[in-house]
Amino acid sequence: MNPLERAGARPGPAFTVTFDGRRIEALPGRTVAAVLWAAGITAWRSTRGGGRPRGVFCGIGVCFDCLVTVNGRPNQRACLVPARPGDVIRTQEGTGHAD
Amino acid sequence: MRTDLAVIGAGPAGLAASLAAAARGVRVALVDAAPEPGGQFHRQPAAGLRARRPEALHHQWRTWIRLRDGLAASSVRLLAEHHVWCVERTSDGLTVHALLGPDEEEPAEVHATAVLLATGGYETVLPFPGWTLPGVVTAGGAQAMLKGGLVVPGPTAVVAGTGPLLLPVATGLAAAGVQVAALVESAGPGRLPRHVRSLAGKFPEGAGYAARLLRHRVPFLARHTVVRAHGDDRLTGVTVAALDAHGRVRPGTERHLPCDTLAVGHGMLPHTDLAEGLGCRLDGLTVAVDGEQRTDVPGVWAAGEATGVGGAALALAEGHIAGRSIAARLRGTAPDPGQWAPAARARARMRRSAAALDAVYAPPARWTDRVTDDTVVCRCEEVTAGAVREALTLGAGDARTVKLLTRAGMGWCQGRMCGPAVAGLAGCGPTPSRRPFARPVPLGVLAEQHTEEGHS
Repeated sequence: MNPLERAGARPGPAFTVTFDGRRIEALPGRTVAAVLWAAGITAWRSTRGGGRPRGVFCGIGVCFDCLVTVNGRPNQRACLVPARPGDVIRTQEGTGHAD
Repeated sequence: MRTDLAVIGAGPAGLAASLAAAARGVRVALVDAAPEPGGQFHRQPAAGLRARRPEALHHQWRTWIRLRDGLAASSVRLLAEHHVWCVERTSDGLTVHALLGPDEEEPAEVHATAVLLATGGYETVLPFPGWTLPGVVTAGGAQAMLKGGLVVPGPTAVVAGTGPLLLPVATGLAAAGVQVAALVESAGPGRLPRHVRSLAGKFPEGAGYAARLLRHRVPFLARHTVVRAHGDDRLTGVTVAALDAHGRVRPGTERHLPCDTLAVGHGMLPHTDLAEGLGCRLDGLTVAVDGEQRTDVPGVWAAGEATGVGGAALALAEGHIAGRSIAARLRGTAPDPGQWAPAARARARMRRSAAALDAVYAPPARWTDRVTDDTVVCRCEEVTAGAVREALTLGAGDARTVKLLTRAGMGWCQGRMCGPAVAGLAGCGPTPSRRPFARPVPLGVLAEQHTEEGHS
């Protein structure tokens, strides 16, 4: 049984966001991180130094590993920020600023 | 806004304190970063998911209902999505500085006569090769995503590390349909008998988890550890091995467990940044408080994990005592501790069992032996264990000097993730990291502070 069924969730209609140009479905209320996990995506940042992939680590806003660019604004903590209809989510390269 | 009491943190301690104080006539503002009250322990599914059975993934549900309904019926003003970055002493009391979420750009202030710090804690994870791979998450993080987002990162997980949190995380993931390939606990059962008296109250809870692990067919590997996480761009599996009595890997016991998720944790640390900013005395890593939960700074109380990690029930007792003390002190009277004697007895009992759990679930000795030189220790600044060791050979004798030489701890998380690891590699105990702000603050917000003193 998946967690939505387990908790008896009856979410409102799904909406669409994009991740690196790909359209994915989002359930209302979920954070950007939860939307990406539900789509099978676990990495959405590459580190400044080694260019290594990162995603959720602490899940509660403490570690800043899940930083992501949403609607052109970099350094958003994916585990805290709620996804909104039409969000353009992009893998954050390094600092997220073209440098 | 102006209020009598500002409570920072809407988890069990903050909720209990708010209700106890408000019931005695105190005007309370309850400030929390999350959109909904509950803290980490009572984190609720996002409202938009409209969960009809949220209790299926929760613990202590009746306690939560009592707190939730109590809050709704009270005069407490909930200030949700307020990310507090500093509490300041002013001439007429205390000012709580926050940023409004989720954008965290617009400032908000709460002026209060008294403040209760109920800031909770966060998880410690000690590094091991592969721990930065996507798919490796903290045990509490896996649980937070499950409870709040009703989502899991993949179909197969290993839960590992040490501590009582691993049990609810493993059973919670299993109940949500994840195949939990193993629960890997580095502590052995050998230490339990020494603490039987202190832990007597915990045995029914432990037996409940044991039954659930059996029901979900989760293998329990005591005195084992994850030696390495494997994968290229994401986790594909872990190597686990048995530990001997000295914390060394027993040769020949390594085996590979395929998994897409590793939920790992090695205990909890308290959030003490706001207390340190106020100048509150710490006792080791936790905020020092007296029998009324008062810190040594006038007008500032603390309760819950910030004063010592001990779980939700202890936080409730401490919060309740703090709320009653605050109500009396704000009236200018000394409280009668006899009125909260049951809560004080519960607090004493649970502090004893927390101390016993700490002793049972100490991280394995010699864990640093398994941290290879190429393992990243500081996740933010990508500082490897090799670089930390090089700093030590150059003469760095503590975490602060290592930081100055390597940048370990200078990144976004301000050393919250790597602090225990750097201290361990340096061979010294963890020390509080003095952080003037509890979270990143936009320069524009700082520039607007105290404009009357400015010279623009």
